[in-house]
Amino acid sequence: MSAGTAVRIRRGSFSLRLGRAALGANAWLALAFLYLPILVLIFFSFNDSRSVARWTGFSVEWYLRLLDNEPLLRAARNSLLIAFVSTLASTAMGTLTALGMDRYRFRLRTSFDAILYLPIVIPEIVLGISLLLFFNLAFFPLLEALLQVRLTLGLPTITIAHIAFDIPFVYVIVRARLVGFDRTLEQAAQDLGANEWRTFWRITFPLLLPGILGGALLAFTLSLDDFLVTAFTAGTASPTMPLYIYSLVRRGVTPEINALSTVLLVASMGLIVVSLVLQRRR
Amino acid sequence: MSGRAEHRSRGPLIVVPAAIWLILFFTLPLLIVVAISFAERGRAGGVRLPLVFTLEYYQRLVDPLYLGIFWSSVRIALVVTLACVLVGYPMALFISRVAPRRRNAMLLLVIIPFWTNFLVRTYALKLLLSAEGVVNNLLLGAGLVEAPLDLLFNNFAVVLGLVYGYFPFAVLPMYASIEKFDMTLVEAATDLGANLRRAFLRIMLPLTAPGIIASVILVFVPVVGAFITPDIMGGGKVEMIGTLINRQFGVARNWPFGSAMSLALMLMVVVGVIYYLRSSQESERLI
Repeated sequence: MSAGTAVRIRRGSFSLRLGRAALGANAWLALAFLYLPILVLIFFSFNDSRSVARWTGFSVEWYLRLLDNEPLLRAARNSLLIAFVSTLASTAMGTLTALGMDRYRFRLRTSFDAILYLPIVIPEIVLGISLLLFFNLAFFPLLEALLQVRLTLGLPTITIAHIAFDIPFVYVIVRARLVGFDRTLEQAAQDLGANEWRTFWRITFPLLLPGILGGALLAFTLSLDDFLVTAFTAGTASPTMPLYIYSLVRRGVTPEINALSTVLLVASMGLIVVSLVLQRRR
Repeated sequence: MSGRAEHRSRGPLIVVPAAIWLILFFTLPLLIVVAISFAERGRAGGVRLPLVFTLEYYQRLVDPLYLGIFWSSVRIALVVTLACVLVGYPMALFISRVAPRRRNAMLLLVIIPFWTNFLVRTYALKLLLSAEGVVNNLLLGAGLVEAPLDLLFNNFAVVLGLVYGYFPFAVLPMYASIEKFDMTLVEAATDLGANLRRAFLRIMLPLTAPGIIASVILVFVPVVGAFITPDIMGGGKVEMIGTLINRQFGVARNWPFGSAMSLALMLMVVVGVIYYLRSSQESERLI
């Protein structure tokens, strides 16, 4: 009996060890799967031949070529402009909405809450086609009838669309920050004679700032990376960075795309560092 | 006192800008999609104006050809979701068990893909698998194959690409659940005579289920309507709902049919999510 128990325990600990090893192997293999393609991409962006699989020597030629690629630079400028404008607008509106939904009860509040979450849930392609139809069949004809201006798809329509899908994300993040917000601090400020405006800027805003910045950073990244909604609202005249990359990637694999991808990867790393610093401050 | 009352009545106005923006540029466009899905197609594509009512495109949705594409998209999404959970759950468990320093490093490695461009990541995988890519080069160099293998532009490439793209989304919710889970419960179960398998199935799995469900939603929802991955990794040879819808607004120029398909896709996704929200308690929810 006791011998049997001992054997069972030993077998148990052996299988436990085996299980732990398998867990570790699974995790590291999964990480290798995630990062191997990216490392290969970066590696061959420095190749001195057109091959993306055989190393022939080091060069930064492909990076230098990016610098005089006029369409690419224009796409980069478009992307940054759209991302800045849509981040500012969506962060302002999303933050105000989070405050309003957190503090006030009003009619249609629950319906509005659903409208705020829905854009996060529904497939992006549906957002894209709905805006394409809206601009072409309702927005442009209406503007033409009312103001006699003819508009087509372009930077303004992309920006409008990005603001729309950014608002819910900023809202969710700032709202999360409001959970556990100590409102007695605001009351104390008002008891000490601060008016509402002053209370907001001196108390509420600084306390919410990490959430607001986190939301803004997410909005900026989403806008910068968006392909589908942009593709449907861009028309033909003003490609953004993802649209430009897509047109290249469809055609095949080249070291230029590798170099461009590497630049974008480094830029995302910068954003990650910023977000980590923000979190640390929280 | 009157200032307070005024404040209370004026306060909700701060949600108005976002409300107007989302009603104008989100809700209204969706209603237009609904309207167009019941309209006739224009002679040169697009939609016939003024709108003429028809149910033609909903009838076409149940055509075996399109039903087949819907079903194959769902099947691909299920396979991808299953793969993400089967690899992601043990990975999340491992991350939650390692020393804090290493844990943070591993979590960071899982989070980085969130912030990197999806197209760039998909391209990285395409690069590896392409005819002139590293995998084929190694196989040719080792003399294992005579000519480059067709690793791209098939169902396998699309599934691999989708797992590659969405796997990080699966790990984090499950990690959040497992990290909160009290491991001494498993010990208690084994002390009381349960073997590890039983302890896992009866104790750990049910208690970490909210994380698994959140992961399933986070992966299944975007994958079933995916466009970029089937387009790039499938090269036009693998059809999913997303590529089909895209075609109706591109070369096919059939806006009503594309609208009907979009609504069917949206309904499928939203019903699933609402079911989740209804069936889970708010405190258990992770998304």
